[in-house]
Amino acid sequence: MSLNIKGLLNSTVRDIPPSGIRKFFDIAAEMEDAISLGVGEPDFVTPWHIRDEGIYSLEKGYTHYTSNAGLKELRVEICNYLRRRFDISYDPMTQTIVTVGGSEAIDLFIRSVVEPGDEVLIPEPSFVCYKPITALAGGVPVSIVTKAENQFRLTAEELKAAITPKTKVLVLPFPNNPTGGVMRREDLEAIADVLRGTDILVLADEIYGELTYGAQRHVSIASIPEMYERTVLVSGFSKAYAMTGWRLGYACGHPDLIKAMTKVHQFAIMSAPTTAQYAAIEALKNGDEDIERMKAEYDQRRHVMVRGFNDMGLSCFEPLGAFYTFPSIQGTGMPSAEFCETLLYEKKVAVVPGTAFGESGEGFIRCSYAYSIDNINEALNRIEAFVKHR
Amino acid sequence: MSNYDDKAAVILEMLHRDCRKSLEEMATMLDMQMDEIAGIIDRLEKDGVIIGYGARINWDKANGANVVTAYIEIKVTPQRDQGYDRIAERIYQYPEVKAVNLMSGAYDFGITVEGKNIRDVSLFVSEHLAPMESIVGTATHFVLKRYKYDGVVCSKPEKDRREVISI
Repeated sequence: MSLNIKGLLNSTVRDIPPSGIRKFFDIAAEMEDAISLGVGEPDFVTPWHIRDEGIYSLEKGYTHYTSNAGLKELRVEICNYLRRRFDISYDPMTQTIVTVGGSEAIDLFIRSVVEPGDEVLIPEPSFVCYKPITALAGGVPVSIVTKAENQFRLTAEELKAAITPKTKVLVLPFPNNPTGGVMRREDLEAIADVLRGTDILVLADEIYGELTYGAQRHVSIASIPEMYERTVLVSGFSKAYAMTGWRLGYACGHPDLIKAMTKVHQFAIMSAPTTAQYAAIEALKNGDEDIERMKAEYDQRRHVMVRGFNDMGLSCFEPLGAFYTFPSIQGTGMPSAEFCETLLYEKKVAVVPGTAFGESGEGFIRCSYAYSIDNINEALNRIEAFVKHR
Repeated sequence: MSNYDDKAAVILEMLHRDCRKSLEEMATMLDMQMDEIAGIIDRLEKDGVIIGYGARINWDKANGANVVTAYIEIKVTPQRDQGYDRIAERIYQYPEVKAVNLMSGAYDFGITVEGKNIRDVSLFVSEHLAPMESIVGTATHFVLKRYKYDGVVCSKPEKDRREVISI
């Protein structure tokens, strides 16, 4: 063994820290009677009519590649869906690409636009992928810390303060994982006021766009005047239709951006999985009721969890989107990682330290309510017993 | 949720799934007051919307409780003036009969009958049901195995198959 493989690795890849989410769950997975509030995917199985359509496509022998940008029929349905549910219009042929999950769309976008030295603004706490992908593209990730007192929304002032001549992209990951924070129309309009007149592009990661609670539905920044052209909207089927394992997402935006992203996609991926694409057509055509059914259930669990944390003295702001709560554990005096580790060993409950989503997550934990009510209640009981003695 | 019907629909669905859920838990889940939920349930009971509370039982697994279930199709001649209702009444009086539905299609009533064994149910059909005035034919189907009952799959729930992933 003479080759120093580690030494041959790309230094950017070598320097990317491992995801902080995994650590605890690898331990929890080996632990008997451990329960988890950690998983970031729906507990529901994909609705049967959608699975059935995937199976039917296999029976018919639809096992070939699709065109690089995805089945035309699927792209048409994606555009119909975005018009129907979010009032945004895209052309299926020039402004839409089907990807391997929303994650690939994020990667494609950043690789298509970011050059070495370009700054990418990333509100934090947020999903873990934006920073490493930016770094891999030679860009510079710049965190913007959102605050609990602002319901973890990005404010115009925070954005303004972060912009420099090198700013290329603003990532808008709302509804937000891990905080459950959302951006209302007026919040987006304030952001738009800052962006108008700049060359800053917007990566709107709206994968949780269907999961908002209360009377107001999600608003995309792409629907705010003058933001359409500069925004690439990324979404997918994982969260809304409980289709995580099918690995299917999409991006919509300016034809030149989508063309560039398709170029990267065609060499890296070729095309998204064909079976998943046929299933997704069914989801978009006949799945609106499934979304509402699952959302109603998440909403009930959300109430139970928020109430549970507040009752036990862990103050928890009301998350209005996604399926996470982000309670503060500052009152216990323990850092997030220590809290999670001790909780896991003492009470066998796995939750994610807020720091897994950026340093600004210190003092918080992420708890998913994509679990049955019984599981949630049991976990809350154990956490309550844990914090009582702190 | 603002009006009575919407709230009642959600409460009914919740009770249908689990009628042992406490008022307190329901109130938290629905973000409503306990008093209001209790009032709605009270009214649903009085209006005959809720006609009882019970457990869904997979009898196949209940040792000691021998229960054989049969689904019986019945063809009848409707009675003058009283149509099907009078016949339904005569059928549902029997405690062995657990469900009676008037059907569209090839037969008139679909009923569910339970007995201790196949012989019990057969005797019930031949001695009570078949000779009944107005009944012109029956077809008895015994339940061999229950896969799903009232919305619930009878086999053990699958374990959480979600794996550890960086999300």
